[in-house]
Amino acid sequence: MKRYLALFIITLLFWLLITLSLSLANIITGIAAAGVTTLLFGRYFVRKVGKFLEPRRYAWLLAYIFVFLWECIKANFDVAYRVLHPAMPIKPGIVRVQLGIQSDLARTMLANSITMTPGTIAVDVVGDVMYVHWIYVSSEDPEVYSRKVSGRFEKYIEKIFE
Amino acid sequence: MDFLHILLYIQIGLSVFCLYRIIRGPSIADRMVGIDIFGILVVGICAILAVVTGRTFLIDIGIAWVILSFIGTLTLAKYISGKKLNE
Amino acid sequence: MASTILIAIGVLFNLFGCIGLIRLPDVYNRLQSATKTVTLGTWSILIGVLVRYGFIDIGVKALIAIPILFFVATVSAHALVRGSYIFGIPLGKKSVKDDYKEQYEK
Repeated sequence: MKRYLALFIITLLFWLLITLSLSLANIITGIAAAGVTTLLFGRYFVRKVGKFLEPRRYAWLLAYIFVFLWECIKANFDVAYRVLHPAMPIKPGIVRVQLGIQSDLARTMLANSITMTPGTIAVDVVGDVMYVHWIYVSSEDPEVYSRKVSGRFEKYIEKIFE
Repeated sequence: MDFLHILLYIQIGLSVFCLYRIIRGPSIADRMVGIDIFGILVVGICAILAVVTGRTFLIDIGIAWVILSFIGTLTLAKYISGKKLNE
Repeated sequence: MASTILIAIGVLFNLFGCIGLIRLPDVYNRLQSATKTVTLGTWSILIGVLVRYGFIDIGVKALIAIPILFFVATVSAHALVRGSYIFGIPLGKKSVKDDYKEQYEK
């Protein structure tokens, strides 16, 4: 029940933010839309809604956003270099990366972050292993590339979503 | 002619690259990549157009467009991986 | 002025992404180049809109579009990669490693 309420409040806030007006008609429409969304998708929402009320997580989220943006900008210069170079220095392949975190939401966010960082796209998660397509496989050792692909983000994601 | 107008025409011209990939793509997946990237480019077109014309509703169109294109891409991806839509 | 520079940077990154879409050899690498570069370019354009107008309705909407675009781009890239692997499109000739194959054939 709690998760339905949490999802309802978040959806309503999102509606108010996206329409940005506080007239009565707008609020009634928002309540109707949020109610329908909650009834349809409430059962897929996160289980422990108490996590939303811990301010520590938001502080880590703020720090994480800056780290992530920096990595993202680096990724873009990396990709631009590979695309514009006449010889195209690419060496693609799919590698196996060991995951250190457990919950589904945290894994989803880790996969999304990996997709936006230099030369990697998450392909699939099977058990504790994530398969990652890498545009330049720079090493053969699983330890090294696990650290290279996911090590930068794992500690932040763990603090925010676990 | 304003500098922003030039940027707008460049951004619209970029969709030609995506159209090339959609028309010439050797496999169905290449065409889908073209459609997906085109959907994101349209958001940029809408944003620059909103700045050039000063009409705010164009940003709303961009947000709605990107969500619809996302649903379309997911449907096609499910389809080529040989699954039903509710799996 | 700052907003025009941000928009110009965004269009430039979009151009790089689209060149990658044409030049790179197989579908996985095209997706690599295109999804990252085009997403960051569009973020840059949206931040340019925010800087130009400040926090009135159009600026706030541009700010909301950024996380939406993040989830949309990454999730659809993942779905496309997985879908085209299962469909049976091989990795390009330059590829050196394929760990997913044994898992998929099980």
